[in-house]
Amino acid sequence: MIPDDRRYSREHEWVRADGSIGTIGITSFAADELGDIVFVELPEVGRKLKQFAAFGVVESVKAVSDLFAPISGEVTEVNDALNANPELLNTDPFGAGWIAKVSLTDPAEADQLLDAAAYQELTAG
Amino acid sequence: MGYSPHTPADRDVMLAAIGAGSVDELFDDIPAAVRSTRFEVPPPLAEQEVRAELARLAGRNRIPRISFLGAGVYQHLIPSVVGEVIGRAEFSTSYTPYQPEVSQGTLQSIYEFQSLICELTGMEVASASHYDGATATAEAALMACRLTHRDAIAVSSAVNPMVRRVLATYCSGPGIEIVELAADLGEGGSGLTPVSGAAALLDDRFSCLVVQQPNFFGGIEPMHELAEAAHASGTQLVAVVEPTSLALLEAPGEYGADIVAAEGQPLGIPPSYGGPYVGLMATRMASVRQMPGRLAGATRDVQGRKGYVLTLQAREQHIRREKAASNICTNQALCALAATAYLTAVGPDGLREVADLSVTQARHLASALEAAGIGERRFSAPYFAEVAIRLPDAARRHATLAEQGIVAGFVLAPDYPELPDTLLLATTELTTDADIEALVAALEATP
Repeated sequence: MIPDDRRYSREHEWVRADGSIGTIGITSFAADELGDIVFVELPEVGRKLKQFAAFGVVESVKAVSDLFAPISGEVTEVNDALNANPELLNTDPFGAGWIAKVSLTDPAEADQLLDAAAYQELTAG
Repeated sequence: MGYSPHTPADRDVMLAAIGAGSVDELFDDIPAAVRSTRFEVPPPLAEQEVRAELARLAGRNRIPRISFLGAGVYQHLIPSVVGEVIGRAEFSTSYTPYQPEVSQGTLQSIYEFQSLICELTGMEVASASHYDGATATAEAALMACRLTHRDAIAVSSAVNPMVRRVLATYCSGPGIEIVELAADLGEGGSGLTPVSGAAALLDDRFSCLVVQQPNFFGGIEPMHELAEAAHASGTQLVAVVEPTSLALLEAPGEYGADIVAAEGQPLGIPPSYGGPYVGLMATRMASVRQMPGRLAGATRDVQGRKGYVLTLQAREQHIRREKAASNICTNQALCALAATAYLTAVGPDGLREVADLSVTQARHLASALEAAGIGERRFSAPYFAEVAIRLPDAARRHATLAEQGIVAGFVLAPDYPELPDTLLLATTELTTDADIEALVAALEATP
């Protein structure tokens, strides 16, 4: 199921805002499409992400895709567990497979993202 | 489905997209004098006539009797086994080993090559080769830009000027700024890259500092200190090395090089008027995903047997298209195999002997020239197997000696106007005492 506590981009990333901090990840749809994920290139702490711009790479056994920031902000923390266990993106993309936390530049940018229902509709077809 | 690559209509669309009026306009950068507009192919000849014609053309080549030319390319002894190995049809006719099930021999040879380069450089991972040393250096600099998200490069002026020109070409497209760090080339200078200058120049704009060891003048650079100066601002150190020197000098992995690039020609490949050669590149595992080029890895098959495959291919353009680590790199599998055969044939002791003899002859050469009062060492720093000598009328005497079949090294002034009347002379284990005596005599006879 698609959690309704967060917003979604058309590039299949999610962001969950908690005050001024946003947690970023990829959706289960993206993870299923990629297949077995073998590597995640995480951004460095302190890097400034720009909404909809590429900030990292996720590599599976069959494809490589850019990660696009669903929202702008400065990286405050990355999920180091993904270095040793990139498969967390497959097994728990909405939870333990989160990618980075950012301090939000402009929380209103979330208005340009989809809610769970709209994202569900986008990926249903 | 049509198989014609582009129709006239396709061509018009592409020309319009890039704003060119005609296909001919695309070749405007090539001087008209060397642009052929008509190809006048002579009538067919019998095999015997072709042989005679080719022999006549080959006869026009001027093969020097004695050569002290180095400047990035070095004539070493090539054991016969090298030609024997690379001449085998399994190697000389094989193509990219994308299918591991039919390419185990080729893949294993590439894996051995990578292992040898890692051992030589003290680095953790080596690519399966590049086009040549200059392109490997340029790729290393671009790689540092990707790793650091910075877009300026600092390059010592004691890096081979021909390599620096290729680097400039590679950086012109993506708009990467190149800043030259002036080596200490003044009167009484060391000829080395100044550590204080590096420390003063480098800041968080720079992705890397490119330094050559031994440098273009044969000088031994203070690599530890230069690495430290670079790392202080998060700048990577790209070490451009000469592979045989690594038998005696410290391995780049020891002094903190982040990326190593090298011309692999000295390892069993003849000078051949400029190529084909092989570029070497090595780095740390943490940076492997930004390393361009092919990579062979060891693995096990379903029955647990050891096997080899191309690995980490997601970096490469057949998977990653325009986002590949490089879209302009190639590899030199057969020359890499020559290097593998060479290193295997001579072994660690043999390579040390090669380096030792080359170094010894350089000292012999410098002291013979100084003792005869012909010239003197231009720089004060310790040197490897190449030495810059100042002597009056260097360019004219160089030309006169060339007529006599003696190449008195490389004239530095065209690339370094601040170094008039200076010749860069290289020695290898093939340089005999008689060669040195002949050079001294010829220079004495050509005042």
